[in-house]
Amino acid sequence: MRVTATVNGQTRQADDVWEGESLLFVLRERLGLPGSKNACEQGECGSCTVYLDDVPVCACLVAAGQASGRSIVTVEGLASGTDLHPVQQAFLWTGAVQCGFCTPGLIVAAHDLLTRTPGPTDSQIREALAGNLCRCTGYEKILDAVRLAARQMTGDAE
Amino acid sequence: MTIQANSTAANTVSANTGPAPVSAPDQVTAPPGGIGDSAPRPDGILKVTGQFAYGSDLWMDGMLWGATLRSPHPSARITSVSIGEALATPGVHAVLTHADVPGTNRCGLEHADQPVLAEDVVRYQGEPVALVAADHPEIARLAARKIRVEYDVLEPVTDPVAAMAPGAPRVQPDGNLVRHLKLRKGSPDASAPVVVSGDYRVGMQDQAFLGPEAGLAVPDGAGGVDLYVATQWLHVDQRQVCAALGLPLERVRLTLAGVGGAFGGREDLSMHVHACLLALHTGKPVKMSYNREESFFGHVHRHPATMHYEHGAAADGRLVYVKATIVLDGGAYASSTPAVVGNAGTMGIGPYVVPNVHVDAYGVYTNNPPCGAMRGFGSVQAAFAHEAQMDKLAAALRMDPVELRCLNGMSLGAQAPTGQVIDSPAPVAELLRLVQRRPMPQSRQLPSRQLPSRHIQSRQIPSRQEQQANPASQPAPQPELLDLPGGAGNTTHGEGVRRGVGYAVAYKNVGFSEGFDDYSVARVRLEVSAGEPTVAVHTAAAEVGQGLVTIEQQICRTELGVRNVVTHPKDTSVGSGGSTSASRQTYVTGGAIQAACQKVRDRLFALAQYRLGHTVADLRLADGHVVSASADIVVSIAELLGNQVIEETVQWRHRPTYPVDPETGQGFAHVQYAFAAHRAVVDVDTELGLVKVVELACAQDVGKALNPDAVLGQIHGGSAQGLGLAVMEEIQVTDGRIRNPSFTDYLIPTILDMPPMHVDVLEYADPHSPYGVRGVGEPPTISSGPAIAAAIRAATGLELGRIPIKPEHLTGTA
Repeated sequence: MRVTATVNGQTRQADDVWEGESLLFVLRERLGLPGSKNACEQGECGSCTVYLDDVPVCACLVAAGQASGRSIVTVEGLASGTDLHPVQQAFLWTGAVQCGFCTPGLIVAAHDLLTRTPGPTDSQIREALAGNLCRCTGYEKILDAVRLAARQMTGDAE
Repeated sequence: MTIQANSTAANTVSANTGPAPVSAPDQVTAPPGGIGDSAPRPDGILKVTGQFAYGSDLWMDGMLWGATLRSPHPSARITSVSIGEALATPGVHAVLTHADVPGTNRCGLEHADQPVLAEDVVRYQGEPVALVAADHPEIARLAARKIRVEYDVLEPVTDPVAAMAPGAPRVQPDGNLVRHLKLRKGSPDASAPVVVSGDYRVGMQDQAFLGPEAGLAVPDGAGGVDLYVATQWLHVDQRQVCAALGLPLERVRLTLAGVGGAFGGREDLSMHVHACLLALHTGKPVKMSYNREESFFGHVHRHPATMHYEHGAAADGRLVYVKATIVLDGGAYASSTPAVVGNAGTMGIGPYVVPNVHVDAYGVYTNNPPCGAMRGFGSVQAAFAHEAQMDKLAAALRMDPVELRCLNGMSLGAQAPTGQVIDSPAPVAELLRLVQRRPMPQSRQLPSRQLPSRHIQSRQIPSRQEQQANPASQPAPQPELLDLPGGAGNTTHGEGVRRGVGYAVAYKNVGFSEGFDDYSVARVRLEVSAGEPTVAVHTAAAEVGQGLVTIEQQICRTELGVRNVVTHPKDTSVGSGGSTSASRQTYVTGGAIQAACQKVRDRLFALAQYRLGHTVADLRLADGHVVSASADIVVSIAELLGNQVIEETVQWRHRPTYPVDPETGQGFAHVQYAFAAHRAVVDVDTELGLVKVVELACAQDVGKALNPDAVLGQIHGGSAQGLGLAVMEEIQVTDGRIRNPSFTDYLIPTILDMPPMHVDVLEYADPHSPYGVRGVGEPPTISSGPAIAAAIRAATGLELGRIPIKPEHLTGTA
């Protein structure tokens, strides 16, 4: 089948999509956007988190056909040219990136949290990111990153 | 974080133990981003923007997808294999079996005992039997299911202790014992007035790296192949791949693809040979990428352990003897079991001084999933037992458990149970004191509403009088559900919850031990690029997420005073970097880079003096310039070098270790020891058996923190993996079969499971290592779990001889 969708603001089309393919597979293998990651492919790890019409979803759990005609934003679509989004910058500044395989999903999830809740408490951060597994960092510096990004985005930078 | 430096520590080491540590050279003024700075990762921007190419992201025009057919049985004879239907499937390009392996159909890290593809028997569930290459991954998977394999199913050997008995069915032709390490020190008949003993078990833990096993094999059209793969040690992979393909080393070139975590689980081969076989057979690039279920079958795990310990102490608490038996279930193939047994045995009693030691450590073949390297590597299992024993002994002696540990803890100059003298700082007591002195986290506040009747009194819950004393106008703040055991499950508001505090200290050998020729090669090249001096550093040492690429740049900046340092892709066109394991890369590859930089610097100075026409004694490098105060010289490296290139390649070794005596385990087995201590505070819902780790405090000696942020990241992440093993992580194996091969059923800690962590980093230089560094990655994984187990015991009063500790163990319903 053919799947046409708006991806990171551009109309994209994938042909010969097998009906069983996930949105994640189409993004990674057919549209050249491997930023969304394939750690579990069953909705447990959050590494493939993308926006589907402004709602964060696990792209591995969305059938490719379900994305037809809709708007998708991936981690590749968050920076403005070479200017990183404050969430991306904060992950770098705080040392929240190690192997980085969880990072794209966490950045989209944190981006969503800070869009909805500009000054989150630690509990709100933990709850919002509870669906994103990280095996390297123990999450300490991820909390630091989200706190820093929150300050940057609300103009409360120290 | 607090970093406490003590430069005098190194000076107290006796003179016969080796040269003084080489510090940042006084001939160089380093630019920003040298050692000691939390320099940013060179791959950071790629990783936060989704551009970084992991093994599973690789793609080539016209590539095929590989899939693996695996044995459904833990033990069986293969009576027939029929590939016709699979091969006839549209879109399928190849179906291969062991008959298609052109070289030696065996691989293995220490013993080549594992078939690349099974021949007439399978020895574990998940053993690879056949391969498929197809246009689409789903076609490949479906075709694999069409391969008809007839099995004669056998009774699996699943109990490692029974497997050691004479006459037990043999998993491997030469019997079931992989290694027996005997450690004998002092008297075997020592006795003591206070004796405690216990039986302990550790479940099978998974590395659970997030990036799946993946890579891309590209045939070169001349019978050779290029393999791009996520791994921990390119050169040991290359050796095994070449043996299986029957090709010389130069025909099989490996390049490191992006690695999404490793933790030991990528030390053995996974899809390496398989993808190369398919690529050479089809003449097309072949990508293989496991899904999560296959990953659980596609790599080795942490050895489950069955242990018995007996500790004897004098009335004042001094340890008199320790006796231990440690049985490690190696599963169907050897992998790194011999080395894991070596560690579990030689490090088996923990970082304590004990005059009489009698330890037997065994590694055993069974038909369970193969086990091998995982962060902590033998020390993790032993630490759970020796730390539980220390608490038990403290209770028997009516001593404080921290005091007992400090009384017996190793220090500089102590003798290890192998007879080896610890010849660099070993601040066991100081680490324990640091975590002990941390302020305790606040007790939970209870809701102001009346408690249900099932509430039982416990330490952190205010009494009814205290609650009544709380003026109604100032109700106690509501506890955050997420901070309580059970969390958002809303299973308690504090009733039935008891707090406990526990301590543990542990140590780990750094680098490869017991006489292994443990070296690393570094190539450093200095040239002028776009008018600027530029250093290119090339090693084959795998970056797996820990930040070695950052350290490589930092060392070059410090040694050569040049800002612009690029890391060459990791590949086999340079000599081996050794394994990214055993907490060794900053030490060994770092040492190689430092040595190569020094040679480059010497040549640069020689060039400067040649140009000057005379010798200048005080030449220095400062931010891209060669300078001399005495000769009033300032010349830029760019001007000095012009079109010249200075390149040096160094093979670097740490001081040698030696095999231990086969009868006594005595010998200089380990090059370095690294120490960490934890304090854990937990809340336990004693009615439901749910645990919330409230806080972890860690203190660790890292020798020298080359990148403080990266050091903290290792300690945080390592502590999290220890927490996982203590309370949630276990591959459940029944009759040789894995019951939970998914992230739905194999639980790793989430951000809700991890408590706030406080970390104290000590920097006591090791006089034998570059910059005084000490391996960082493993120690925190070893001590955090035992501290949590101790805290749960303190909260519940239960003995808890098995980890992970699950609700049924706390509620008596196991």
